[in-house]
Order: sequence, then structure tokens, then C-alpha cells
Amino acid sequence: MKIIAFCGAGIGTSAILKVNAERALARLGIQADIEATDIAGLAVAAEDAQVILASPELVKFIGKTYADVVVIENYFDLDELTRKLEIALG
Amino acid sequence: MRLHELPDDVFVLGAHAPDWRSAVRIAGDALVAGGVTTDAYAERMVQVVEEFGAYIVIAPGLALAHARPGPDVLHDGLAVVTLDEPVVFGHPHNDPVEVVLALAVTSNEGHVTVLAELANVFNDPMATTAIAQATTVEAVRAVLGRAQPEA
Repeated sequence: MKIIAFCGAGIGTSAILKVNAERALARLGIQADIEATDIAGLAVAAEDAQVILASPELVKFIGKTYADVVVIENYFDLDELTRKLEIALG
Repeated sequence: MRLHELPDDVFVLGAHAPDWRSAVRIAGDALVAGGVTTDAYAERMVQVVEEFGAYIVIAPGLALAHARPGPDVLHDGLAVVTLDEPVVFGHPHNDPVEVVLALAVTSNEGHVTVLAELANVFNDPMATTAIAQATTVEAVRAVLGRAQPEA
């Protein structure tokens, strides 16, 4: 399974989202590869992804995709991440 | 780069910013003061927000300003700015911002440690407020020092 953590520049915020999503997945006992990417890399990265994690501000930049788009408000809130990933992957 | 080793120059406490651009530029100035970037980087951080929106406000009250690696980044670094009055960035949930972090990295790799440390600090929902209310650099370092480096 593959999950994308998406941000505008591909460093910083997406990397924090990746770190915290990995912690949420560990809570759920789910194995997945999480890839941090920027807008330029999103289309290729998302081809075989099941879930795209993004901020509310960035959803409009995500083009047509078969992946579930999961909006994360607080990138540091493991409860929010765990709850939303559980729904998306359940 | 480790959070507890950040030099005094990259901390600006109680800064006044009339708008989000000023807040980001103050953080950019702190990176310059710390020898992390040249002047050009601040404007690139502003451009990221102009292009993609206020997604850099990644948690309530907390912005992580950043831009891509570039020739204006001299080495990996982080600046920490607290604002005397919270500033609206335009995020639908996490405004207004009290603490601006500015991250600069020379490559897309190799900064995982500091981001894991940031996650350790800010997984605590009280951390942003604790930093915003700190009146000394040592007090901010004490909050940042809660990061337990991962083996």
C-alpha cells in the first residue's frame, strides 16, 4: 500500500506529515509506504497510491486521481491522522 | 542540525508583524542572521504561500515557512519567531499564527532528523502556546529540548 504526503515545495510540511502519518499507521498496526512529494511530483507519485494526504489549502491542486484524498487540518495531531487514516484504509 | 543546538541568532521573540508577509520575512531575516541563507530566501518563502496558499500553517497557531533548496541556502537551518500579536495567514482552521518556524535545507534529503524532532515537540498540543509565551531564548530551547532524538 502506498500513501502520498503532499505539499507545495516537497520539503518541510510534507515531511512532517509523513513522519506523523507513519506514527498514526503504527498505532493502527498498518504497513504502508509513505512518500512525501510536491506538486510537480504528485501525478507520477499518485499513480499507484491508495491515499493522498494534504492540507485543505492544497486539495485544489490535486488533479484527477483514483486515490482517496484525505484532508488533514493539524499535521501534528496524531488522533486526527489516526482517525482519518483508519476511515480511508478501513 | 538539532533543535537543541540552534544558535541564539535564529531566535526572534515578540516580533511585531502587521501581516503574514512581514512575519515570514522576519523569520527569513533570522535565517540570514544565523548564517543559514542569503536575503533572497525570505522572498522565496513568501512566494510559496502566494502560489499555494496558507498550507504552511500546519497546526493551530503554528506556521512552518519554507521553500525549495536553492543557491540562497548556505546550510540546513531553522529559525524560530514568536509574534507579539497573532497574524492571520488565511488558513481555514489553524489561524491566527503565533509562532513562525522557517526551515531551509540544501537538499531534499538529510533533514529527516530535525523534522522528526519537530514532530516530537509539536505532537504536544501545548508546545506552540508554550513557545509563544516564552520570554527568553532559553525558555524556547527548553520546549524544543523536549524532543527525544530517535535512535
